[in-house]
Amino acid sequence: MAEAIRPQVRFLSQAAVEQIIEEAFELLEKVGLFVENEVALKLLDEAGEKIDQRRSRVFLSRNLVEKGLRSCPAEIKLYDLEGQQEYLVGQDEIHFDPGSAAIKLLDPERLEEREPRTDDLVRLYQLVETLENLDFQSTALVSADVPKEMADIYRLYLGFLFSRKPFVTGLFRVESLKPMLDLLLAIRGDEKSLAAKPLAIFDACPSPPLKWSRLTAESLIQCSRLGVPSELIPMGLTGATSPVTLAGTLVQQVAESFGGLVICQLARPGAPVIFGGSPASFDMRKGTTPMGAVETMMINGAFAQIAKHLHLPTHAYMGLSDSKLVDAQAGLETAMGATLAGLAGINVISGAGMLDFESTQSLEKLVIDNDICGQVLRLVRGVALREKPLALHLFQELGADFNFLVLPHTRKWYRQEHYFSSVLDRDVYDTWTALGRLDIFQRAGKEVSRRLNLYQRPERCREKEVELRSIMTAYARSCGLEKLPEIPGLSD
Amino acid sequence: MKQETSEQLQLLTQAIIQGRVDESGPLAEKALASGRPPLEIIEKACLPAIEEVGRLWEAGEYFLPELIAGAEAMKAAMAILQAALKATGQTLQSAGRVVIGTVEGDIHDIGKNLVASMLRAASFEVIDLGADVKIDKFVEAAVEEKADLIALSALLTTTMLNQKKVIELLKSSGLRDRFRVMVGGAPVTEKYAREIGADGYGESAVQAVAVARSLVQIRR
Repeated sequence: MAEAIRPQVRFLSQAAVEQIIEEAFELLEKVGLFVENEVALKLLDEAGEKIDQRRSRVFLSRNLVEKGLRSCPAEIKLYDLEGQQEYLVGQDEIHFDPGSAAIKLLDPERLEEREPRTDDLVRLYQLVETLENLDFQSTALVSADVPKEMADIYRLYLGFLFSRKPFVTGLFRVESLKPMLDLLLAIRGDEKSLAAKPLAIFDACPSPPLKWSRLTAESLIQCSRLGVPSELIPMGLTGATSPVTLAGTLVQQVAESFGGLVICQLARPGAPVIFGGSPASFDMRKGTTPMGAVETMMINGAFAQIAKHLHLPTHAYMGLSDSKLVDAQAGLETAMGATLAGLAGINVISGAGMLDFESTQSLEKLVIDNDICGQVLRLVRGVALREKPLALHLFQELGADFNFLVLPHTRKWYRQEHYFSSVLDRDVYDTWTALGRLDIFQRAGKEVSRRLNLYQRPERCREKEVELRSIMTAYARSCGLEKLPEIPGLSD
Repeated sequence: MKQETSEQLQLLTQAIIQGRVDESGPLAEKALASGRPPLEIIEKACLPAIEEVGRLWEAGEYFLPELIAGAEAMKAAMAILQAALKATGQTLQSAGRVVIGTVEGDIHDIGKNLVASMLRAASFEVIDLGADVKIDKFVEAAVEEKADLIALSALLTTTMLNQKKVIELLKSSGLRDRFRVMVGGAPVTEKYAREIGADGYGESAVQAVAVARSLVQIRR
């Protein structure tokens, strides 16, 4: 039987892919990479690279990059908290997760952005745990009720208390890296088990153009040594911090990613690396960085195509919006991005719930986006050819009334063939009126409550609570916080 | 002759408005060569040109690349004209002295650079401290440079608090009355500027120039 075709989208010709990679090689050889990290510089020096020590500039040779590309795995397997469920990050598998590190939360009552606190983070993690189309969690909110020095690790700590899904995370300051990795080790038991079953991805953003800072290079090195996947997040802004053309920005993004990949592979050959990014089409009028612009999506899609050509796992910030409210703009930008990302086969798609240039999360939008992601997951499964013949035999079974509803065939396939939404309006007008004439934002609000009521805390979170708390408390003390905020929901 | 030189001024004006960076310098030289005094060229060709650039921005016709190109073309012409002015023993009346920088913890300097360029184009003397500038460095530089204005840029919501800290340091050192302070950057709002006790806020680089002008006037 013929197989279903996975719908796909391509942004570049093969020749264009090769030309962009070629220019990236030359850029690294001629202009070089700025590396502000002693350990990374030492690794590069030992590998025989030409270094301008005074300016911390490394002229990265093509040979070393090619060697790094050979040792970097094409696929990564992530595992949930229990180490049971496996998620393939590679090939054309796609996984959605919430857009990460929002510093604001959209208050659904006042329709205003406000600073999130511990109980907001808990609710978000609980909600995402119930969202069936988001395979991963991300440390999506930054809690404002703890000192800034511990805001990065605190997000991850709360996450492990409430969710079994793998996490996409990252650090804000270098001191947090060790305790964050200690949280992972506490869950897995030891370094060997953690390397065998990665639980979290660490994002690291080079500073455009062409720089890996002390913090980000340190994250790459330490994570690589432990086998924790690093997600490289270059963030060129067209015409502001990278070339204005999409293809020009791609050259820079590939070069920055090559730099990160080499640092990871020098730290430990075979270290898992994901080629991702958060580039944006810089708005030449407003000076802003629209994530919902079609050009932003085109850079991401094209970059994923290049990464796939190099046999690397991929990521992008797509399926998010710059709108300040959960409105039509939020829907159109999110759906367009998520759809293109799905068609491009991007492995980790971060963005759900996000508004306002990656700065604001919304629980209501998360619920709506769960439906968008669900439909994209359906879309990429394509048109399946379920039986042979496809339909001919049905017409022999059907009576004179042609009642398809009663066919066993219908009951057998309808759930696999069709996606069922939780908040989209598919009622007839009178029913919709009888239900209170609610718009999607209002329905999403009800759905948030319904799902939070369904939430059940995973047993493993309970088991690990004491151990995780002792790591968190010790680090909080070093940041000047004697007592952690009250965490709701621990006894549920 | 007269006709010819006024045409030359026109060409210079157009070169600045259209942001032709390579042409504005040579055109300024030509205008000087025709015997016009540098001050007249500045007043009749350059200042109206940069004002027109600002007007086109405000009208939504110009985007950032045109705005920057205009400021750069202005800078190229002014370098030549100010040198000529100096040779005659005159100086251009400065619109004011500004110490500018992006606050500590923030490496974003696109917006700050833009404001600095526009201020320079509008005859301000600009002392650019760069990005990730420590709080006390702003105060030190302002005292040392006898600045009229301190301009603080921040792109991140996490670093905009450092704008407030600069103002607090000015207060605690008894220097608050000596300098006007203006703030800007993507997350900064007029309301926030008022809350932290800044004297002015500009939403765009063009507005920043107008704000700077009015603050210096009040001061004088």
